[in-house]
Amino acid sequence: MQIYLPIADLPVNVFLVLGMGLAVGYISGMFGIGGGFLMTPLLIFIGITPAVAVATVSSHIAASSFTGAISYWRKRALDIALALMLLSAGIVGTAIGVWLFTELRALDQLDLMIGLSYVTLLTVVGATMIYESWRAIMRTRHGMPATLRRPGSHTWFHGLPFKLRFKRSKIYVSAIPVWAIGLVIGFLGAIMGIGGGFLLVPMLIYLLRVPTATVIGTSMVLTLVTMASATVMHAATNHLVDAVLALILMVGGVIGAQFGARTGQKMRGERLRLLLGLLVFAVGCRFAYELVVKPDDLYSLRYVRSE
Amino acid sequence: MRRFAQILPLALLVFGAEPAAAERLVVSLSNHRVAVTSNFVGEELVLFGTIEPEPPARALRPPYDLVVTVTGPRQTIRTRRKQRILGIWVNADSREFVRVPAYLAVLSSRPVNDIANPDTLRRLQIGLDNFLLPQRIGSDFADTVRDDPFRRAFVRLQTQQGLYRESATAVTFLTPTVFRAAVPMPAAVPTGSYGIEVELFTNGALVARTNSALDVIKTGFEQYVADAARDYGLLYGTATALMALLIGWFASIVFARD
Repeated sequence: MQIYLPIADLPVNVFLVLGMGLAVGYISGMFGIGGGFLMTPLLIFIGITPAVAVATVSSHIAASSFTGAISYWRKRALDIALALMLLSAGIVGTAIGVWLFTELRALDQLDLMIGLSYVTLLTVVGATMIYESWRAIMRTRHGMPATLRRPGSHTWFHGLPFKLRFKRSKIYVSAIPVWAIGLVIGFLGAIMGIGGGFLLVPMLIYLLRVPTATVIGTSMVLTLVTMASATVMHAATNHLVDAVLALILMVGGVIGAQFGARTGQKMRGERLRLLLGLLVFAVGCRFAYELVVKPDDLYSLRYVRSE
Repeated sequence: MRRFAQILPLALLVFGAEPAAAERLVVSLSNHRVAVTSNFVGEELVLFGTIEPEPPARALRPPYDLVVTVTGPRQTIRTRRKQRILGIWVNADSREFVRVPAYLAVLSSRPVNDIANPDTLRRLQIGLDNFLLPQRIGSDFADTVRDDPFRRAFVRLQTQQGLYRESATAVTFLTPTVFRAAVPMPAAVPTGSYGIEVELFTNGALVARTNSALDVIKTGFEQYVADAARDYGLLYGTATALMALLIGWFASIVFARD
């Protein structure tokens, strides 16, 4: 069944898009991430322009992270104070990202920027995750317990000023790294059409030493608010959010996420991280391939304005 | 220069190519209003017409050739060319095509190059090769030679999307004086006002012309969404974000297992 997308200005098959929503939702539920880094490339692949894909996916991620955040809220597994701190910076980062997005689009370099960000970020993060989880798997095999949180092990930024205490997460850290993380995630989210969950969770665990109990819930609150505000900002400045496309993706996404979450709970943490690392790395390589290999068509068109 | 480029073809039409009255074209379009709805997958319009003697007593001079040129709303479109810089492919060079039709179909009864000589075709802007596609070059506007690489790429890419086309079989003569032209409207057809120019040739000379028009409009929900996104961006974005929250909340209720 074909449906005409009013903003993307092309007809798509409803079941294809719904299926993509289900598949990405399944993966996102399994790993506790938004799945934007998979959804955006898939939309580009079916012919939606990168700009519309990035803007629309932000609303899709808002929906799936809201579902997640509610269930973590019920389990009291999120740190509102920490989330609010991250958020105040996250919104600033999103605004900068949307502004840069508009500028790059005018310079015809948006697609390149999206491609380059995907390559660097996904290959680096993917490789790190593969390495880290492989080591954890090896350690458990040799009988040593895999530990993420090492109480008392401090890094340099624990000496920074403006220290704050976050009760639920039981951490006492400077506001500066918290702000910096929020800013980076908000910025990347707006530029790349990703929620940033796959970046935020490791950052919170390894840099701020947030316990695993509250980390995913907190990350989902941040993702929710940055992606909801990215939707509003992209719609207000670039008029690129396709509500019809977003609706189909959301419906598929939230259903898929429920089944994914059940599969995810049955798997061991480090195995899950290894799988996610491989997936992230593979998507990164796919983008690298596109940038390096000579494109089929050197020419492309961009609509400037109606007369 | 820009003014000149616009006036030149008009001036040629008025002073250079006014056909002597001997034939008259009467045309009728199957539908003057194409509605793009949610399940729009493109459609084909049909233009019927007859060739009448003018004044009625005069004899007709077959065989005739007919060219139907359909032009969509004007848009400015940038054509970009990738180049390898530091090992990666980057949009390095671009040309802006200013006020060019978003849709352009040249439908004829024979290949246009067989209908009239190249000068006539160029003057009347008949055929994709001869249609005026002005480019912005620095602060100037001009149409470049037909084998300019950017022009060729632009026409090729628009053709690939079904937006530009040239067909030598789309116009068929049912009798020597009654014809039928099939005007294809692809799924991605841009909305707006379309002009239809019908030109009749015999022995390589233009002998009659007429025109018609049609509108392509988005209707119902599509139009509503597109208008809202363009005119009330902030409100539209807020509504989309709220829809996301609603669906997220709804899913958490439906799938709640505790």
